Amino acid sequence: MAEQPAQSAPCLLSVRDLVVDFRLDQGTIRAVENISLDLFAGRVLGVVGESGCGKSITARAILGIIDRPGRIVSGRVLLDPGTTRQLDLATLSNDSRELRSVRGGRIGLIFQEPMTALSNHYTVGNQIMEAVRAHKPKMTKPEARAKAVTLLGEVGIPNPDGRIDAYPFQLSGGLRQRVGIAMALAGDPDILIADEPTTALDVTTQAQILLLLRHLQRDKKIALMLITHDMGVIAQMADEVAVMYLGRVVEKAPVEHLFAAPRHPYTRALLRSVPNIHAKPRERLASIGGAVPHPARRPSGCSFHPRCPEVIAGRCAETEPAPVPAGADGAACFHAELTP
Amino acid sequence: MSNVLEVDALTKHFPIRSGLLHREVGRIRAVDSVSFHLGRGETLALVGESGCGKTTVARCLLRALAPTSGTIRFTPEGGREIDLAPLSRRQLRPLRRHMQMIFQDPYASLNPRMLVGDIIAEPMLVNGVPVADRQARVRELLELVGLPDTARTRFPFAFSGGQRQRIGIARALALTPSLIVADEPVSALDVSVQAQIINLLLDLQDRLRLSMIFVAHDLGVVRHVSDRVAVMYVGRIVETGPTTELYRQPLHPYTAALLASVPKPDPTQRDAAPPLAGDVADAGNVPKGCAFHPRCPHAQDLCRQVRPELLEVAPGRMSACHRARELTFAGVS
Amino acid sequence: MSQKSNSAGNGVGHAAGSEDRYAEATQLQLTWWRFKKHKLALLSLWIVAFFYLIAIFADVLAINDPQATDARRSYIPPQGIHLFDDGNFRPHVNGLKGTRDLKTFKLAYTPDPAKKLPVRLFARGYSYHLFGLIPTDIHVLGVEGGEAVDGLFLLGTDQLGRDLYSRLVVATRISLSIGLAGVGLSLLLGILLGGLSGLYGGIVDTVIQRVIEMVRSIPTIPLWMGLAAALPNTWSVTQVYFAITLIISLFGWTELARVVRGRFLALREEDFVIAAELAGASQLRIIFRHMLPSFASHVIAATSLALPAMIISETSLSFLGLGLRAPAISWGILLQDAQNVQVLAGAPWLLLAAVPVILVILAFNFLGDGLRDAADPYG
Repeated sequence: MAEQPAQSAPCLLSVRDLVVDFRLDQGTIRAVENISLDLFAGRVLGVVGESGCGKSITARAILGIIDRPGRIVSGRVLLDPGTTRQLDLATLSNDSRELRSVRGGRIGLIFQEPMTALSNHYTVGNQIMEAVRAHKPKMTKPEARAKAVTLLGEVGIPNPDGRIDAYPFQLSGGLRQRVGIAMALAGDPDILIADEPTTALDVTTQAQILLLLRHLQRDKKIALMLITHDMGVIAQMADEVAVMYLGRVVEKAPVEHLFAAPRHPYTRALLRSVPNIHAKPRERLASIGGAVPHPARRPSGCSFHPRCPEVIAGRCAETEPAPVPAGADGAACFHAELTP
Repeated sequence: MSNVLEVDALTKHFPIRSGLLHREVGRIRAVDSVSFHLGRGETLALVGESGCGKTTVARCLLRALAPTSGTIRFTPEGGREIDLAPLSRRQLRPLRRHMQMIFQDPYASLNPRMLVGDIIAEPMLVNGVPVADRQARVRELLELVGLPDTARTRFPFAFSGGQRQRIGIARALALTPSLIVADEPVSALDVSVQAQIINLLLDLQDRLRLSMIFVAHDLGVVRHVSDRVAVMYVGRIVETGPTTELYRQPLHPYTAALLASVPKPDPTQRDAAPPLAGDVADAGNVPKGCAFHPRCPHAQDLCRQVRPELLEVAPGRMSACHRARELTFAGVS
Repeated sequence: MSQKSNSAGNGVGHAAGSEDRYAEATQLQLTWWRFKKHKLALLSLWIVAFFYLIAIFADVLAINDPQATDARRSYIPPQGIHLFDDGNFRPHVNGLKGTRDLKTFKLAYTPDPAKKLPVRLFARGYSYHLFGLIPTDIHVLGVEGGEAVDGLFLLGTDQLGRDLYSRLVVATRISLSIGLAGVGLSLLLGILLGGLSGLYGGIVDTVIQRVIEMVRSIPTIPLWMGLAAALPNTWSVTQVYFAITLIISLFGWTELARVVRGRFLALREEDFVIAAELAGASQLRIIFRHMLPSFASHVIAATSLALPAMIISETSLSFLGLGLRAPAISWGILLQDAQNVQVLAGAPWLLLAAVPVILVILAFNFLGDGLRDAADPYG
């Protein structure tokens, strides 16, 4: 297969063959199927895909916070794989003490809507202090407050000494997302999962938040899993990219390779269909026909084949291409197999 | 031929009330003296970040909101010019058929309790089009927007977001209006579906010579769809110009900052330049002078004191920046 | 683009095969499909329907004249029906022999095995008007012959020797219909005033809202007592019945008015309502074609939750002696007889009158919950 990304950096989290089902009255829906991902210290893994591709569910499965009726059916989520401290998060119960200490401790989570993690009834400082002390119970209140001020400063909130006593509703959307990031950093995580962190923000604020995330991730050698639907954000932020479609990884590659030579037809179509600020007047976009099918109606064979412009008759609809191997790059497409 | 729309000094203030007696304690200047025009067959994009007033302008144009002051002179195809701003609900009803809206949220904008055929036919029904004509027209419209004829007898929730947006477009086109206002019509859609709807809008523009106000925040989408662009910041237009020129060389620092903020889909060109600092000003407490001056890297004393007017800087190009003539802002090629 | 990534969680309304069925289903069908999944609510629906059937056919189901008194059969305990007589299926009850305890002066009844009174289906009994129209004397069950104490008293009798079962059945009619009438009146007031409030806003809204707040701030029990005391003694049972209905609904409408107003305000901002207005639709069309269908389901749910409150109101008023008065029969009046501890010690079966009250109130509450959950199939 393709080359391994250059790693001297240790792997902090390995997801292997993760399967997530949603059991509904009408039947079982497989939302995530055999996903394998690796997060390395100081590197950014971009996970990109359209709605219904399972990217958020993967993130939630890693943290054991999938909404009912979803559940992990099989697969492993290994923290510190290959070391003596290796821990399989998938085997832990969702509200076990171990998993709770990992959540918000080793692994921080940044939401699309920061108010998911914040309450309007407490000051920003109180909420960060609580998060800090949840993972360092011995810390005194003044110490926690000092730490909260430091965190607010780190995420670029002007005048953190004053803003620590503000309530979230007194802050702008951009500042709230910065507070959300400070919350995620409260437990000194070395892994951050950011689920569409800039989707709800304006373009100028998005640029600020992305820059902040990049600086934090580099300075603290954090492994960042960045989930987005925006190819522009991927290009600006990611080191490696996993492209998802209908619950599977269809292509995985270093970011330069992915943009220079995308190997899966879906990746190619996705790249071409992004509206471009360099476009000519009234320029048409190369669109993909149809819409993402409902996960309950996954097409046979390669699930992209009904929308694929390069479909091979008699093959793609019948047989499934080999999945992207765990820990390696590649594309789950017969074309990619033919031309290695 | 005259313009479809000539908007002059359009203003919409929302009072801030408080206390037991609901006394007015302040005003949100959502739209503050906005002027522009729209030629026949032209698409004008209103762009800006959230809270800049672009949606309020759109709703005032269609008189879903009553403007505080200003004029909206509208000339329907083959009709006479009329000022929409002072008209009452009753006076507006006969004019509604000439102007229609495409909504942002394809889920909220279709009545879930009505069949798709009835939804598309409703503008014709309330404007007195006979039954037989309505049915024929619904079929025609479904084909125009690329939906199967079977869609007529289904309820909206059987359709995906993109398909619903097609239904919304068909409804807007039903009476061949002279003016279409599209409020962020693709921003709620997935990338691949968004491209389909943009292409559909482009096709319809070519085939039907639509005159359209296109409200959007995505500068990529705007580049594909619009002929001219008006950039708004805190209730005012800060720059207008033809799309290509405006993107190539913006004449306002805010336009330049917007363009620079769009993440480039190219990993070899990672941003080194610091993004625009700070937040959009509060429309209830607009800074003195140029509203953009607290965030502007080029601000001078003049900018802090005197509000710049929107003036023609080059042919067809207008900018509300004191320094538009002396500075050169980076655009995209 | 917001919240697009919660893929499988949302939009999973239907599985692949039944897609067409759902796509063309009306709101009523969707609501019913969803309601059916709520098992407790479905059971409650049957219970409520059962009680209303009883109310409709109360006289047919009654065995003895609910008003007929006879001191010789005071406090008879519940009786069972013997199904077999010498191995043959011949349902009968034994006649009773009342002997007075000379110490307590209480009547004690012992069944007399020799005296067998056959139980008949569709037997003749006291005369009544079916649905208030058709004169008849047919009852589902009845016994033939015998003296005053010889009868079928399934749930026993009260102090005056009236058959509790028959009284309960007949009381169902008044108790359930007073709730329905009360809700009907509240609904009318609520929709009218709530609609005006939500539609016009401004001064109209402010005035109506203040009125609602005032009505809600009045403590109900003292006011009821005052109003009930004001009802002239000379009024007939029917007049009192309507007066009580009016009093109950005067307080019941506020909640519904708030629901209706809230829905109107919310719907006015909905895109599809704005779309209709921008299409040139008239105000009437917008209200009746777009707004009313969207919240009819909410109103139905609110109504079914308001009904038990009405029934409880009537029951408690009558229990306290402030509502209906004998000779009217309602659950509250029946429970009035069970107020005394001494009476209860001797005749605990009088408490059975509380069972239908509890059952109906619970059933209505579950039904209301189920309806509320199912009401908005697009939510």
